[in-house]
Formats: sequence, C-alpha cells, structure tokens
Amino acid sequence: MSCSRSVAIVGIGEVDPRPVPGRTSLALNALATKAALADAGLRKEDIDGVLTGYSLVEPYGMYSSVLCEYLGIQPRYNAEITVGGATPCTMVCHAAAAIVAGLADTVLVAWGDNRASGASRDAIVSRVVDVAGHPQFEHPYGVLIASLYALIAQRHMHEYCTTPEQLARVAVTCREHALLNEYALMRQPITVSDVLRSKPIATPLHMLDCCLVSDYGGAVIVTSAERARDRRQQPVHIAGMGEGHTHEHISQAPSLTTSGAKRSGELAFRMAGMRPSDVDVVELYDCFTITVLVELEDLGFVEKGAAGPFVESGAIDLGGSLPLNTYGGMLSAVNGGIFHIIEAVRQLRGEAGPRQVAGARTALVHNEGGILSTNATLILTGD
Amino acid sequence: MSDQQKPLPVPTAETRVYWEGCRRHELLLQRCRACGRLQFYPRAVCATCLAEDLEWAKSSGRGTVYSYSVVYRPPSNAFASDVPYVTAIVELEEGVRMMSNVVDCPPDAVRIGMPVSVTFDDAGDDIALPKFRPS
Repeated sequence: MSCSRSVAIVGIGEVDPRPVPGRTSLALNALATKAALADAGLRKEDIDGVLTGYSLVEPYGMYSSVLCEYLGIQPRYNAEITVGGATPCTMVCHAAAAIVAGLADTVLVAWGDNRASGASRDAIVSRVVDVAGHPQFEHPYGVLIASLYALIAQRHMHEYCTTPEQLARVAVTCREHALLNEYALMRQPITVSDVLRSKPIATPLHMLDCCLVSDYGGAVIVTSAERARDRRQQPVHIAGMGEGHTHEHISQAPSLTTSGAKRSGELAFRMAGMRPSDVDVVELYDCFTITVLVELEDLGFVEKGAAGPFVESGAIDLGGSLPLNTYGGMLSAVNGGIFHIIEAVRQLRGEAGPRQVAGARTALVHNEGGILSTNATLILTGD
Repeated sequence: MSDQQKPLPVPTAETRVYWEGCRRHELLLQRCRACGRLQFYPRAVCATCLAEDLEWAKSSGRGTVYSYSVVYRPPSNAFASDVPYVTAIVELEEGVRMMSNVVDCPPDAVRIGMPVSVTFDDAGDDIALPKFRPS
C-alpha cells in the first residue's frame, strides 16, 4: 500500500525571524499556525491532528500538548517528534501516515523556537551539543556541533579532495538566493574569499560555513488529496517520502561521508516512481556547508565525492541545473528545516517571485538531524 | 590549571568497569562471547547480536587518526584556555572508533592516518580520560 500522492500540503505559514525581546517559543509556533491556517483558508477547529518539535529554550516535557492547549485545539492525534533537525520533514511523514491510516483528517505540523530572543548564542551552542553529543564519550573532549560536522568535512576532503573553496561556494550560493528573499536575515552578498577569511570555528569550517542561530516559526497544514481539492491554494502533493538512520553519535557512525540520506532518498524516489533527474528544485538541510555536499551525493544527484566540483560549477545557482535552497537556506535566511518545505511549496505553486524556478513541478526536500544521524526526504509535486 | 568546570563523564552501571580501567590507565573494550565482536562504547548488550554475555578486553591503545578538527570556538568557557585543541575520531587497531583529543602535538601537524597511541589525562573526580598522542 503506498501513500504516494494520497496526501497534500494545503497551507504554509511563517513568522518574521528577526528577534523580538520577550518573544516565546510557543508564540512563534502559534503565529506560524495562524498564518498557515489563513493560507489554507481553514479555521483552527478544522485541525484534528497536531505534530510539533521541541524547544531548546522552553523545554516543556510534552511540547505538542502544550501547543494544543495554547491554541485551544483538542486533537485526536497529537505528538512531539524529536529527531533533531530532521524533525520537520519527519513530521510531514508522520502526518501523511496518520491521514492515510484514518487517525486524523487535517494535521498541523509546527516548528518554532526563540533561539535568538530567548537565549544567548553561547547558551544555544552549549545546549545544542548537550542534546547531540554523547555525555560520557564525546562531551569531555570539548566537542561542539560545528566540530562534529567538521570531522565529516575533514574526512570528505581527505577521501574526495573536496576543497575549502567548494564548501564555501555553498554558502555563497545560499547568500545570493537570500538576497531575493525579503525575510532572509542576512542581507549582504559574500564571496568565497569572505567565507574562507571568516572566523575559524573548527577546522575546516569557518563561521560562514555554519548556519544561523535564529528565532524561527513555521507551519504547514497537511490533509488528504481529496480534501485538498476544496482548499484555497493549489495543493502540493507528497509523491514520495522516506527516512534513513544509521547512528546517533558521529563517533559511532558507520561512515563519516555517506549518511542515512542514501536510504531516505532511495525510499522517497521509489515511492514517487521518480529519479533525481526528475527534480527541478532542491531544498537541502544546510546546518553546515558540508551537509549539503553529502546530501547531494547521498540523494543521488551526483556520484559520491563529486558534489564539490558540482557546486563549484554553478549547478546549484538559481540559473543552474539544480537550483538549491532558493530562499537562502539556514546558512543565510533563517534556522529550521520547515522553511525548506515551505519554500518548496512556494516554488511548486509558482509563488516564489524573483527566485521562482521557471516551470518547477517537482521539488525534493531533505532534513537531517543530530550529526548526519537522522534523515527524512520528501518529494513534492505541484500537479 | 583546574579542569573542574569541564564536563566529566558520569559512569553508569554499564560503563563503570570501563572508567575504572581508565583510572588504571588501561583502555578496555567489550567483547561479545557469543559472536566475538568488539564494541565501543560499553553497553548492556552486544550491538551486533544482542547477547548479554560480554567480557572486557584490553586494547593495545594504538590506532590512527580517522578524522580530526582543530577547535577555535570552544563549546563553553571551560575549554577556552585550551584553544586551539584537537578533537578526533581515532580508529583503534582492534577496529573500533572512539572520540578523543590528540595531544602532545602541534594542532596543525595532525593528519588523517597519523599513528597515535593512548595516554591518560587524570582529569579529577576519579576520572582519567583516554587521549592520544603521536606514536
């Protein structure tokens, strides 16, 4: 039994990420929800399933239940999903499964946290590694998230001759795209040289190889394809989805250069009955520049080890063969994998304005979490 | 220099023997008596076959740098005075990998494939951390 094209995204909503003193994590989720409902032409009473992530700033023990209470929603399907950065795409997979199983008709997927308004950067850097590094076998050695991903970058450079310039090009491209997005936090163009001269964080990664720490609030509404026909917006169908998980802690990973994205991509393409060459636009989780290179390879867009030259060629630019992170990504627009999904929906609706990929009909969205630990891929179609 | 603020491992029932070994400056790995596989980190079960019949084996402490990164931006102030320092995944000659630091070496001299051997950092609170130096 396949879910393919049985479920569609009918509403998207986001909150301006510029920090607001005193803004709460729940408020970001609530306001994104309100925007998504308006976009879908739905009321909150139409929502009977709620999926959320979690907060690093206000860590309620049962976050999704708290959001339901905060919004005055009493659903028949309710869960907090906690797979790190992979959570947004994973939530959409869960929403689809719930709808196909008849456990809910219309599911809210919300992802928001006040990581800039609610905490210092030092606090966030420390809390993020608290949840992602091993307390006994990694923390004592002074690791941080950037240094854990840096191990991946270093190995990728060793095995495939990937260069710092190729990593930097990912950041430059995302920045160029961000300049076409009025809500992107970063507003100045950068060059490869700027990236390489930016502050070293953990070799070979520099400050500009690392994503933003920001407030974020985004939501999507998912319903059956049949119900989607009656909605305000052109539905965006979920043609394929898949997950792949190989480890939690990077020191336990079977490979530093191939991830569970290989499996999640294969499963998503198989469900969709498609291949990488069918994809018009990609939105790939860009916590660090190296993450994008590994994803391009593991998802099958290029051979393993070939992503460096691929990005260097300009292929991922808006005018290239595989436009990537067309809204600026986490590297330049706003933190959070929900926005990869939201941008893909905009592209497929033809609503991306100056950054519209002409004729985009199929988008691939990938989120990953931990340290290349958890992976979820969605293939979305606009027809 | 005090290391008291650095996060030290808190041994659990299943890692106690490992950390006691470190205190004696021995690097211990678990071996499954059922399937023969070695594993790190220690667990209550074998991660290959789920057997609970596990024994401890002393590692030679020799290995190579599988990957590394020189840290310039520490995760907290506790590590600030160590910057720049080297974090690394070391592949022991027994075939298992572990996270550690490479010490007694200029950070920019570290290379993937570099042979290293274990040395213990008596970090306090009855904890000795296995670290690696060039061999």
